[in-house]
Amino acid sequence: MTELYELTIHELQDKLRAGETTSAEITASVFKRIDAVEKEVHAYITLMRESAIEEAARADEAILRGEMKALTGIPIALKDIFCTRGVRTTCGSRILHNFIPPYDGTVVEKLRAAGAVFTGKTNMDEFAMGSSTETSFFGVTRNPWDLTRIPGGSSGGSAAAVAADECIASFGSDTGGSIRQPAALCGVVGLKPTYGRVSRYGLIAFASSLDQIGPFTKDVEDCAILMNVVAGYDSRESTSVPENVPDYRSFLGRGIEGWRVGIPKEYFIDGIDPEVEAAIREAISVIERAGGSCSEVSLPHTDYCVAVYYVVAPAEASSNLARYDGVKYGYRSGDNRDLLDMYKKTRSAGFGEEVKRRIMIGTYALSSGYYDAYYRKASQVRALIKRDFEQAFADCDCILTPTSPTPAFKVGEKTNDPMQMYLSDIFTISANLAGIPGMSVPCGYTKSGLPIGVQFLAGHFQEGRLIQIASAYERQAKIEKRRPGL
Amino acid sequence: MEKISRDEVAYVANLARLSLDREAVVKFTAQLNDILLYMDKLNEVDTTGVEPMSHAIARKNAFRPDMVAPSLPVEASLANAPDARGSCFQVPRVIE
Repeated sequence: MTELYELTIHELQDKLRAGETTSAEITASVFKRIDAVEKEVHAYITLMRESAIEEAARADEAILRGEMKALTGIPIALKDIFCTRGVRTTCGSRILHNFIPPYDGTVVEKLRAAGAVFTGKTNMDEFAMGSSTETSFFGVTRNPWDLTRIPGGSSGGSAAAVAADECIASFGSDTGGSIRQPAALCGVVGLKPTYGRVSRYGLIAFASSLDQIGPFTKDVEDCAILMNVVAGYDSRESTSVPENVPDYRSFLGRGIEGWRVGIPKEYFIDGIDPEVEAAIREAISVIERAGGSCSEVSLPHTDYCVAVYYVVAPAEASSNLARYDGVKYGYRSGDNRDLLDMYKKTRSAGFGEEVKRRIMIGTYALSSGYYDAYYRKASQVRALIKRDFEQAFADCDCILTPTSPTPAFKVGEKTNDPMQMYLSDIFTISANLAGIPGMSVPCGYTKSGLPIGVQFLAGHFQEGRLIQIASAYERQAKIEKRRPGL
Repeated sequence: MEKISRDEVAYVANLARLSLDREAVVKFTAQLNDILLYMDKLNEVDTTGVEPMSHAIARKNAFRPDMVAPSLPVEASLANAPDARGSCFQVPRVIE
């Protein structure tokens, strides 16, 4: 028998509407699943069981009154980077291990208003800095498909929670691939919207010119449902963009007859796993069968994306993380000689190694004498990367690439080699630098049963186009539905 | 090739308000050297006349009317403070 926790948002909504189940039953089913597998997966930092049961009861009352909203009664998990009123929000760091926000961020507010039930706060790399969820102060999250492997990162907990059915859908944030890479490695759908499409108010900042919020779901339709709830302008967030928000569901099932799909030649590099490459080649032929016409495009500055990113993101982070000084909230060291001593001891004990490393890189790149050589130079190359995409999108409707060069790697495999870890974001970083939307969709499995993802990229504010091609791909490819053997 | 010395690592750590022990300085010096060497790639690109880009979506300053709006009450603002007294955050003595 199919368990309720296995279903998608739209399947559960059909059942709720038909009176075949209740939010209380769905929520109980999800927590039963959490009780069964969480010890092995460790997707969550904080569970919100009691408030979830109350929210589910309120959802059921609303449904009885005939007031079903976009997400009424649906259990959703939140990356522990979203400020949640009255619920501890750690960002995976010791320095925020006791931080209880006095307000909800905009996305949390919108989800609440749409009737969602929150299951808990998911694990993540500390301050979203990492590609494996191994830098969390709260321990490693395991990949549900193979517990010896990482789930990707930094939103690894959110991806693993969806893959392991420990929630129906979840939200994460993506600064250099932190939604799309874990989505690919955990076999779920993940979308990073255009910069400015979803308000970052209440999202703990990592690199403010790159951060975006987006959903993890079990299929493309659920992704459209969630985007309808969270997209849009917010006067509290000065970089959110007052651009019209379409009904993303209207892009489902439209087909892609006559679409020109670009395949960037620079993305088929040495070092890409042969099984990943084969799966992407197969995805290209699926798109062709669905009526798209695929041809090579060039993004000449691709090879510089990682270098640009690891100047720009740490520079912004070093500035954003200056606020953690032990004064207003979070961890403070004891036994301080004076204020400066308190700052140093607090930050040295409160931040983990990867965060310190990035603060150091960023501080160096912005310091007097090096600013032009690093930050200014990187910002110039960033402009060229953006221009590459503008030129490519003049000739195609959408771009198709691998999401990650490899399937999930082993826990501990890259922790001592930061450069190797950084290169695992090689195909996702460019979208953040250019500010364009990107989406990862499951496209098969390796022989050993690890999921592989294909990435679609489109121009600014073309999330609808991504949902359209992802939906067409999903229908044409008919990737076998498997569940992790937990 | 050495991009950054141990002394520079210690100097940058101070700017970032981090205290690193000897072992951490040695480790970070090696790792930052690797990372900075990788970033030398950027010098391969001719950026003459290219305007540096800071945001993906060019927007003018986002102003709102200068009107008083509700803000967090003092108690809520202080609720997470490691140390507070009255309506103030408390820190170690700054002025002798």
